[in-house]
Amino acid sequence: MAPSHRRQYWRTNLRYLGILLSIWFVVSYGFGILLVDQLDTIRVGGFKLGFWFAQQGSIYVFVVLIFVYVRLMNRLDKRYDVDEDT
Amino acid sequence: MNVQAWTFTLVGLSFALYIGVAIWSRARSTGEFYIAGGRVHPVINGMATAADWMSAASFISMAGLIAFMGRDGSVYLMGWTGGYVLLALLLAPYLRKFGKFTVPDFVGDRYYSSVARVVAVVCALFVSFTYVAGQMRGVGIVFSRFLNVDINHGVFIGMGIVFFYAVLGGMKGITYTQVAQYCVLIFAYLVPAIFISLLMTGVALPQLGFGSTLADGSGVFLLDKLDGLSRELGFDAYTSGRRATIDVFAITAALMVGTAGLPHVIVRFYTVPKVAAARSSAGWALVFIALLYTTAPAVAAFARTNLLGTIAEVPYEEVPEWFTSWEATGLIQYQDLNGDGLVQYRGPNAELANEVEIDRDIIVLANPEIARLPNWVVALVAAGGLAAALSTAAGLLLVISTSIAHDLLKRTIKPDISERGELIAARVAAGVAVVIAGYFGINPPGFVAQVVALAFGLAAASFFPVIILGIFSKRTTKEGAIAGMVTGIMFTGAYILYFKSLHPELNTADHWFLGISPEGIGTLGMMINFAIAIGVSRITSPPPESIQRMVEEIRIPRGAGEPREIGA
Repeated sequence: MAPSHRRQYWRTNLRYLGILLSIWFVVSYGFGILLVDQLDTIRVGGFKLGFWFAQQGSIYVFVVLIFVYVRLMNRLDKRYDVDEDT
Repeated sequence: MNVQAWTFTLVGLSFALYIGVAIWSRARSTGEFYIAGGRVHPVINGMATAADWMSAASFISMAGLIAFMGRDGSVYLMGWTGGYVLLALLLAPYLRKFGKFTVPDFVGDRYYSSVARVVAVVCALFVSFTYVAGQMRGVGIVFSRFLNVDINHGVFIGMGIVFFYAVLGGMKGITYTQVAQYCVLIFAYLVPAIFISLLMTGVALPQLGFGSTLADGSGVFLLDKLDGLSRELGFDAYTSGRRATIDVFAITAALMVGTAGLPHVIVRFYTVPKVAAARSSAGWALVFIALLYTTAPAVAAFARTNLLGTIAEVPYEEVPEWFTSWEATGLIQYQDLNGDGLVQYRGPNAELANEVEIDRDIIVLANPEIARLPNWVVALVAAGGLAAALSTAAGLLLVISTSIAHDLLKRTIKPDISERGELIAARVAAGVAVVIAGYFGINPPGFVAQVVALAFGLAAASFFPVIILGIFSKRTTKEGAIAGMVTGIMFTGAYILYFKSLHPELNTADHWFLGISPEGIGTLGMMINFAIAIGVSRITSPPPESIQRMVEEIRIPRGAGEPREIGA
């Protein structure tokens, strides 16, 4: 595979990582820790929102993030012809 | 049937199951012994990883910790799940492509240095041994409470079982036993949680239940009731935070990064057939873990509400049976300070003195009794706790035996050892490790219990940065990696030692560096490791061409194939 092709593949991967890890940071460290008191003024049912993110929401988002990455990378691997299904 | 008969039955059945699975799936080669032949389905591997990962601490202690810490307990919830995002995105696929057997394998090869390999082996052994001693202790506690076996005999029985299937089956046996153990432990965790959620809120799903209104028709939200009860009795409101934000931040980060750096977790991703499978396997692992981790805070809130509600101002003669039976084990202590014959359970802000001390570890084990669930549910929890402790102990023992037989013997001391010889060495090492772990389980050095949580800080400060840099920066040199690992683990270890062993009286927020507790210091150690590794790499000569090509190769999934030995 040509080096420029390789670099492009890697750069796209790094872009995905940047976006997904930003979301990872915002829901846990952001909503669950740094902004928790501000979010706690909002209520959803019996939960204060900050408390919910800290003890529930962040975990659900983590799961979704991994499967989004799996899908993105499976597509990317195919597009750059570096997948393992040959 | 009474609780004890049920416990004997369920624990006996689950042990028979584990042994049966171990015999069916025993290992015949080093490849099978270390990484189950590299052919484990990603969902199966995810389930095994979940059991491997969730230890006695997750099953027995965590909900109890949260019940007493309130919102601050979320450091464990986020810290012990968020690391899987790092694993899936930054580590697992590349290590799988690299395709060897262990973490020191990667460190040694990527940094073209047997010094780096040996440093990594020492870090791996240190982290794993502190961790495994805690598991054996957990086994002992469950045995002594539910089966009336002496705590030491409990440890012996646990050692025997683990010895049998870890030594016989290696990674292959452990993987399939862990799948069985996951099923037992998650069933044992969810059944009482659903029961209690139904009792207290009428909602079956605990995750929704603890945000619902109480079932008593008052229309009050459970968490509001809990906040009110807490304040009344002189505690802080349950949903409010008490720890400093910077410390919460640091602890969460240390646990997350530590998770992604724990050798017994990383090694599981060598066992799947493809790079794509390593990515999705981390996702499945988190799904199975999240099932327990999203239930735990609900269990914590239910237990806390029940606890505050049932033993406040009750005459001592009329306390529920669970109170006295745990009192007998010394894990609940009651002293009638004001001599009024009533039980006063009070927080630090109350006028009346507190008369009850409750050990956090009993919350999950006592919860079914507190909520008056049937005997078989109580027994089920005991079987689940054992499954959690045994599965983690087995995974750790495998890392220890692999580190010794493979990383030290085969790759450093005696490279010409035959496959047969290496397999025998691995089994002997596993056997010796079981005995040592059992010794520490029976005679826990004072610091073990504390060090278990701190093992994460050490893993965060040693492995994580050099693995990440090894993949994402071709310029990182062996000098950089060794300097980074050594300073990271020394700084973190020294800080922990200073506050936990040398000067425990100074272990308060006023004396901490930047207000970061020993539990969170691994985050700082990790940053120091990164900074030093990058800095030193700048001023030393770049890695050889062949290493840079190897890194290029790791970044591309195609060609992962079967895990191979060196030079192949």
